[in-house]
Amino acid sequence: MNEILRIEGLTKTYEGGFTALGGVDLDLKEGEILALLGPNGAGKTTLISCVCGIVTSTAGTITVGGYDAQKEYRKARMLIGLVPQEIHLEPFSKVIDTVRYTRGLFGKRRDDAYIEKILRQLSLWEKRDSKVMQLSGGMKRRVLIAKALAHEPRVLFLDEPTAGVDVELRKEMWAVVETLKASGVSIVLTTHYIEEAEAMADRVGVINKGKIALIEEKSKLMARLGRKTLRIELDASVSDIPASLSDYNLRIVEGGEALLYEYEAGTSNTGITRLLAGLRDAGITMKDLSTRQSSLEEIFVQLVADQEETAA
Amino acid sequence: MNLLAIWAMYRSEMARFFRTLGQSFLSPVISTSLYFVVFGAAIGSRIDEVEGVSYGAFIVPGLIMLSVMTQAISNASFGIYFPKFMGTIYELLSAPVNFLEIVVGFVGAAATKALFIGVVILGTSALFVDLQIAHPLVMVLFLLLTCVSFALFGFIIGIWAKNFEQLQLVPLLVVTPLVFLGGSFYSINMLPPIWQTITMFNPVVYLVSGFRWSFFGIADVPILTSLLAILLFQALCLAGVWWIFRSGWRIRS
Ligand SMILES: Nc1ncnc2c1ncn2[C@@H]1O[C@H](COP(=O)(O)OP(=O)(O)OP(=O)(O)O)[C@@H](O)[C@H]1O
Ligand SMILES: [Mg+2]
Repeated sequence: MNEILRIEGLTKTYEGGFTALGGVDLDLKEGEILALLGPNGAGKTTLISCVCGIVTSTAGTITVGGYDAQKEYRKARMLIGLVPQEIHLEPFSKVIDTVRYTRGLFGKRRDDAYIEKILRQLSLWEKRDSKVMQLSGGMKRRVLIAKALAHEPRVLFLDEPTAGVDVELRKEMWAVVETLKASGVSIVLTTHYIEEAEAMADRVGVINKGKIALIEEKSKLMARLGRKTLRIELDASVSDIPASLSDYNLRIVEGGEALLYEYEAGTSNTGITRLLAGLRDAGITMKDLSTRQSSLEEIFVQLVADQEETAA
Repeated sequence: MNLLAIWAMYRSEMARFFRTLGQSFLSPVISTSLYFVVFGAAIGSRIDEVEGVSYGAFIVPGLIMLSVMTQAISNASFGIYFPKFMGTIYELLSAPVNFLEIVVGFVGAAATKALFIGVVILGTSALFVDLQIAHPLVMVLFLLLTCVSFALFGFIIGIWAKNFEQLQLVPLLVVTPLVFLGGSFYSINMLPPIWQTITMFNPVVYLVSGFRWSFFGIADVPILTSLLAILLFQALCLAGVWWIFRSGWRIRS
């Protein structure tokens, strides 16, 4: 697959001397969704701002669709759509006018059919003649998306598209992203919500203190780092763990009706076989077995904790 | 050149103007009429002629200049300050446009608005006094140069300003006094000699004088000096804009 975006050694030191990005390497494949996770101040917005030309990078190269974002900024920027983190909109202009304006700004001829298509796609068509200030917060966010799409970009940056948005609207936003992806747009989205990355992304990157801590296929990441929990339901309740099974750190739950065993998924030696054999030898009979995989959230918390540990 | 982008910026700036067209049109008409009532009727009845021109007619070029300069500055400074304030500047920075295209779009719109106001005042004045324009081409040239150069100046102020106070500061503390002391309502010859000398350091004198010359053929300073002055001011503003363009000052961090 071709790369639509390639970032190498991107560094940004702000005027005050603060280094918000310390050598970031990242690429985005055509048609994929990359979720960038990271705590407040990690550098997510700075990264996006460097790519889009809002902030000048201190070092490193950025290529968009093969064009250097600095030397060939016109061609590079034509390919990029940006939905900023904060809602920045001119309050007095009409929805359709502000979307048309962006299209013009990117040097594209007026195309009412296309604008209608994206406004419909974002359920804004009925509101096209409303003033921006008359819209709800969620609608304003969708106006920002419409503006970002107005010039038919191939890469879309969504900077925390669902921050401060209620659950229903968040689901709606996910659906919008799905449609965009289906239409062939590559997407980078930043978020604090792990469930969001889990729901939408093909790949997940974790950025912390201006560095990419990890970037991997979501499924691999889950498999590699994910801890799984094996739940063993018992025929007859137990009160103690037999001494022969003390190595497994089993937990007794539901008043002895079930046991929990945590293990590292994806490793060659999970210990399950031995555990089950051990249970049989101890005369414990099982009614049912089930496993549960830990969420990205748990992985993420663990990852950041690990980093802090190594740093300390 | 991204012409469509320039057009988009120009149009959207003009749209703000058209949204309040009534206001944009009425306020210069009313204020000009007031000037004529106060200066023309009250003062003009005591001074009947200045260098062979009726006082009412004499103040017209100064009135136009006064409004054109202040309007060009306030429109241009507000025009570029507003996106900075609202945060919508992100759009300009991430679009495939360069700074000069932004300048052309915003300054062009501000200059157009100022020109419109100037023409409205000229028209309103014609209702009150007999106006003849001796050198129409020079008049148009002066008007255009003033609109553009003061819009450029306003643009720089808008980039520089970090808050609304600063946005008002330069027009209020520098421009308005200079314009009022710049011979809009009197001839420099009417001042005591010492003030005549001091006044020569006021750049606005040269503009008002040159503009007045295009109407009546009379001037406080030679017309060529006036032309040079406005061209110099224009060049200074262009240099300022160019420097901002090179350095990204107060635009890109
Ligand atoms: N214009 C600026 N000047 C100086 N420092 C800045 C500037 N913008 C951001 N920073 C700093 O750079 C760091 C990264 O900020 P950034 O906005 O990229 O974080 P983020 O990951 O987007 O955080 P959040 O999740 O809160 O949006 C922060 O420490 C921030 O204070
Ligand atoms: Mg951010």
